[in-house]
Amino acid sequence: MHELSIAESIIEIAEAKAREENARCIQLIKIRLGQFTTVVREALEFAFDIARRETLAETARLEIEDVPMVVRCAACGSVTDPVREVCLICPQCGLPLEVLSGEELQVEYIEVESEAERL
Amino acid sequence: MNHVSVQTNVLNANHEIATENRRLFEEEGTVVINLMSAPGAGKTSLLEATLRDLGGRYRLAVIEGDLQTDLDSQRIRSLGTPSFQITTGTVCHLDARMVARALAEFPVQGLDLLVIENVGNLICPAAYDLGESLRVVVCSVAEGAEKPKKYPVMFHKADVVILNKTDLGAASGVDLRELRANVREVNPKAMLFAVSCKTGVGLDSWVAWLRDAIASRSIAATTRT
Repeated sequence: MHELSIAESIIEIAEAKAREENARCIQLIKIRLGQFTTVVREALEFAFDIARRETLAETARLEIEDVPMVVRCAACGSVTDPVREVCLICPQCGLPLEVLSGEELQVEYIEVESEAERL
Repeated sequence: MNHVSVQTNVLNANHEIATENRRLFEEEGTVVINLMSAPGAGKTSLLEATLRDLGGRYRLAVIEGDLQTDLDSQRIRSLGTPSFQITTGTVCHLDARMVARALAEFPVQGLDLLVIENVGNLICPAAYDLGESLRVVVCSVAEGAEKPKKYPVMFHKADVVILNKTDLGAASGVDLRELRANVREVNPKAMLFAVSCKTGVGLDSWVAWLRDAIASRSIAATTRT
């Protein structure tokens, strides 16, 4: 259950950016989460609810975009999108496949309320 | 409401510290192994056998990661190898910052090989780069032939996969060929060794490979300076 560490990192990144913008609070954090990572969406959502307490993201919503795993064979060019069962050997050529996407774990953007808006 | 673009990898902070750890290890010409497996696959037994078989010609040290106790560190020290224990409390993996903190108390200058034995867990440690040069994943035959397919990320990121407890293959009804094929499906490129730390079978090829890895690393370090 490392989702708590992941949730804390997400909030640290969002808070740092929000401070640069002189924001009063963060309303939304949008992340991209690859299917081929070790992070479980439900566990992350649960951990986020705990980690956001007493931060600028206290009332923020976490929006998660699932990114499917896509692989390609460099030899024959065949693409599997999305991968359902992980097998990284090309069924045609028997050569290793390259992972094109699915390893994402990225904070895309935040939506913030600035000090000025409050006044 | 303001929309602010961020575009930052969530593991960025860990990655920055890992890069600093890696730079330090590379300057020293030290091969650093991040040793990972499920609990009970035989990481510490493999480590003991490896340290013994490498012999006295190398400067070695170990960093042990566990939730509780320094029992593993005691096992390593009893072989005459310096060992530093990180107890993570409730954290299920080591991260680059924990290793950086350990390095402040446990100098690793001039080592040939540093092994960092991660917390027994096939999920979380996969996400955290420690600054290692080699990711070694141990899987015991008794865990079942499908383990690599159930934990594909961990096996996919390995440079070396060691199948341990081959002496238990028949007793656990696991076909070693099927296990090998399943490792290949998620990681066609990793070095693969089948060993039994109990009987010693297969350890020689792993240790010979490791000696070569240490030799090429120290040559690289000498050339650079």
